[in-house]
Amino acid sequence: MTILETKKLGISFGGLRAVDDFSISIQKGQLYGLIGPNGAGKTTVFNLLTGVYKPTDGSITLDGENITGKSTIEISKAGIARTFQNIRLFKNLSVLDNVKLGLHNRVKYNLLTSIFKVGSYSRKEEEMNKIALELLRVFGLENEAQLPASSLPYGMQRKLEIARALATNPKLLLLDEPAAGMNPNETAELMETIKFVRDEFDMTILLIEHDMRLVAGICEEICVLNFGTVLAKGKTSEVLNDPRVITAYLGE
Amino acid sequence: MSFLSQLINGLSVGSIYALIALGYTMVYGIAKMLNFAHGDVIMVGAYTIFTAVSMLGLDYWIAIILSVVFCTVLGIVIEKIAYKPLRKASPLTVLITAIGVSYLLQNIVLLIYGSHQRPFPKIISVKSIKIGENLVISGEAFFTMVITIVIMIILTLFIKNSKTGRAMVAVSEDKGAAELMGINVNRIISITFAIGSGLAAIAGLFFASTYGFIGPYSGAMPGIKAFIAAVLGGIGSIPGAMLGGILLGVVEGLSKAYISTELSDAIVFSILIVILLFKPSGLLGKNVTEKV
Amino acid sequence: MGAKSEKNKPFPGGIGRFRQKYDNNFLISFGIMIAIFLFCFLMIATGNATRHFKSLLVPAGINIILAISLNLVVGILGELSLGHAGFMSVGAYAGCLFSIYTQELFPIGVRFPLSLLVGGLVAAFFGLVIGVPVLRLKGDYLAIVTLAFGEIIRSVIINLDFTGGAAGLKNIEKHTTYTSVFIIILITLFVILNLINSRHGRAIMAIRDNRIAAESLGVNITYFKLLSFILAAFFAGIAGVLYGHNIGSLTAAQFDYNRSIEILVMVVLGGMGNIKGSIISAILITIIPEMLRGADKYRMLFYSIILIIMMLLNASPRFAEFKRKIRIKNLASALKSKSRQKEEV
Repeated sequence: MTILETKKLGISFGGLRAVDDFSISIQKGQLYGLIGPNGAGKTTVFNLLTGVYKPTDGSITLDGENITGKSTIEISKAGIARTFQNIRLFKNLSVLDNVKLGLHNRVKYNLLTSIFKVGSYSRKEEEMNKIALELLRVFGLENEAQLPASSLPYGMQRKLEIARALATNPKLLLLDEPAAGMNPNETAELMETIKFVRDEFDMTILLIEHDMRLVAGICEEICVLNFGTVLAKGKTSEVLNDPRVITAYLGE
Repeated sequence: MSFLSQLINGLSVGSIYALIALGYTMVYGIAKMLNFAHGDVIMVGAYTIFTAVSMLGLDYWIAIILSVVFCTVLGIVIEKIAYKPLRKASPLTVLITAIGVSYLLQNIVLLIYGSHQRPFPKIISVKSIKIGENLVISGEAFFTMVITIVIMIILTLFIKNSKTGRAMVAVSEDKGAAELMGINVNRIISITFAIGSGLAAIAGLFFASTYGFIGPYSGAMPGIKAFIAAVLGGIGSIPGAMLGGILLGVVEGLSKAYISTELSDAIVFSILIVILLFKPSGLLGKNVTEKV
Repeated sequence: MGAKSEKNKPFPGGIGRFRQKYDNNFLISFGIMIAIFLFCFLMIATGNATRHFKSLLVPAGINIILAISLNLVVGILGELSLGHAGFMSVGAYAGCLFSIYTQELFPIGVRFPLSLLVGGLVAAFFGLVIGVPVLRLKGDYLAIVTLAFGEIIRSVIINLDFTGGAAGLKNIEKHTTYTSVFIIILITLFVILNLINSRHGRAIMAIRDNRIAAESLGVNITYFKLLSFILAAFFAGIAGVLYGHNIGSLTAAQFDYNRSIEILVMVVLGGMGNIKGSIISAILITIIPEMLRGADKYRMLFYSIILIIMMLLNASPRFAEFKRKIRIKNLASALKSKSRQKEEV
C-alpha cells in the first residue's frame, strides 16, 4: 500500500530551481532514506511535504488523499509529522507538555472547558497524560517527564522530538538528520530506536541523513538528490553502488 | 500658505525623518534589532549643541562636531553595554531593553536639564530663497534638504565601495557566513551604531533648529515616526529610508495643513498599519522568508 | 495513599484530578490574593488603615489586573504589546459612557457590572481589529503597531465630542470599591491561570517557544495569538472601566505611552510569564512611588533601569544556570520525599 506519492514535485525561489521533478513512492511500513550532498534540496523537500513551502509544480498524495498546496496545519492533521535538523523543542515547557502538544489535535476540548475546568477537562487531560507517558516510556524518558525540555542532554532531546512527532499519530514520519551531532554509540542506539518505532508503531518513515552507515544499516530504499533533482533511487545497496552516486559524493 | 510651500515644508521635515530613518534601517539591517533608543540619541545630540552653544558659549562648528562625536560614542557605548550581551536573546528581550535605554536617556536628560523646553540656539542662518510671487523656501529647509541628500550619497558610496561598507552588507545578509569569511561581526555592528548615532546628532541639529525648542522627550516622537518611515520605505534599505522619510514628512505636513493638526499623528500612524497590511516589506524592501 | 493506587497514577509524582485542574501556580496566586485581601480587610475593620492606605487599594488592584493581562501577551505568548493603556482607555470610555447614558435605565447593581462587561467587550473588539492584520507579522512590528494604536486612540478620543474631547469625560459615578476590584482580580486570575494550564495555554506557550515546531504539530498560530491578544485587551478594558468609576473622570492623556510602559515594567519586574510575580510587582510599583514621594522624579529612571537589568539578567547564561539549579534542586527534593513516603507505606 502506498503511503506517500509525489509526482514531478518542484519549486522555484525567484529564478532558482531548488527542487525539480521529484517523484518518489513510499510503501506502508517502509524506512526510506533521502540523501545527497549539502544544498541538494533535501530539507526543501521536507518543507514541501509539510506545507511550509507551496510547490510550484507537481502533486503530493498521502494515503490516497491529495495534499498538494495545503497548509502546515492541514497537513499535520492529514498525517505527516516531522522533526527538525536543528532540534526545535518547546524548551521552557516540560518534557511531558512537549509530547502533549503533539496530541493537540488528537485529544481536544473547547475553550470554555479550558477556562472553567468543567466537563471533559480532567478526563481528557488524563487521557493525554496516559498517551504521552506511554510514549515517553517507549523512549526511556518517563523519569524526565517533569523536567524542562531544555535541561535534557542532546541525545534525549532528539528522542523527545521524535516522541512528540509520534504523538500526532502520523501516517508518515519525517526525520531531518536525526543523527546529526551524535557520536557513533549514540548513532547506533538511534538506529535501534528508529527500527523500533517502525516495528512498534507500524510507522512509515522518511529520513534525511548524512551518516551513510545509518542509511545503509536501516533504510530499505533510498533516493539520492543532487542539485534539486533525483540522481538515483531504489534499493539501498544498489543505489549506493551506482557510479553516478559515488561521483556526486566523492567528486570526479 | 500655498500648497507648494506646504509641500516644501513637508519635504524639509521629511528629510530630517529620512536622516533618522537611515540610522534605524542600518541598525535593523545589520544587528536585526529595532533600536528604540535611536530617537532619544537625536535629543541627546540637540542637548549637546544647546549646552555647548548656550551654556558654554562655544563656536557653532565646534558645538556641532562635539555633538556628532558625543552621539557616536554614546551609540557605541549603548551597543556594548546593553545590546551586545543580548546577541543570542529573543527579539522580545532586545526590544524591551531598547525601550529601557530610551527611557534611561530621557530621564537622565530630565534630571540634568529639567523637564521644561529650552530655546534652541539659531545656528543655521541661510537666507530664504524666493521663487516667483508666493513661494519662499526658508534657508533652514533648503539647507536641511541639501545636507540630507549629500549624506545619503556619501553613505551609499561608502557602503558600495569601502571594505567596511561591503562587510556591512555581508553581515546583514548572513551573519554566520560573514563571520566565517573572517569579518569581525562585532566590530561591524559597532561601526553601524556609530554611523547611525552620528547621523542622529545631525538630525538632532536640524530637528531642533526647525522647531526652535528642545525637551527631554523631543526625540521620542520623531524617532517613532522615522521608524515608520523606515518601514514604509522597506526596512533595511537605504534608499527606502530616504523615500519613506520624505513621503512621511510630506503626508504629515499636508495633513497638518489641510485636515487637522491634532489628527496628523494619527494619520501618520495609520499609514504604518496600512503599509503593514498591504505591503509588509515596504516600498523598496525585499521579501524575506524565515528559514526552517 | 497506598502503593497500589500510586502505581495506577499517571506518573511517579502522582497528579490527582484536583491538582491537575489547579496546579501550584493557581493555588499560590489565589492564596496570595486572598491573603492580601484579608490583610486589607483587617486593616480597615480594625481602623488601622489610613486614608492614604485606602486610597491606594483600588489603583493597586487595577494595576494587578493590567499586569496579569499584559503578562498573557508578553510572558505567555511572547509578543510585545505597547498599547495596553490604549485598550484600557477604549474600555474605560466605552464602559463609563455606557454607565452615564443608562443611569435611568438600570439600578447600580446591574449597571456597574454591565458597564464593566461593555468596556471589556469593546476593548476586546479593538483587540480583534488590531490583531487580525498585525499578528501575522513579526514581533517588532507588533510592538510598534500597538504603540501606534495607542497614540491613534488618544488623538481620536481628544478630537471626538462625545468623549468630552481634551477636557475629558466628567461626572462618572464612583462605584468602584476595593471589593469590586478584588472580585475582578479573582475572575481575571481564574480565567488566565486556567487558560495557561490547558491545551489552549500549552499551545500559546508552544508558539512562544518555537513557532515553527508548533505549526508543524498543527497548532493554529493565528487563532491562539488572537485569543491571547483579545483576552488581554478584554481585561485591560475592564480595568479601564474600574479606573473611570474610581476617579470619576477620564482624560485621554492618562492613557499615554508611558502608562503602557509602566504596565510593561510590572510584567518584566515580576518575571515574564510569572503571574504571581505580576501580582506582587504591580503592588510594589503602585505603592513604592507613593512611599517615596520625594523620589517621584526618579520614578521613570528606576523603571528604565529595571527594564534593562531584568533583560540582561534574563539573557545571562550564568543567571539562567543559577535559576535552573534552584528549580531542579526543588524538584529533586520533592521527588525524593515522595519516594520516601512510598517506601514508608
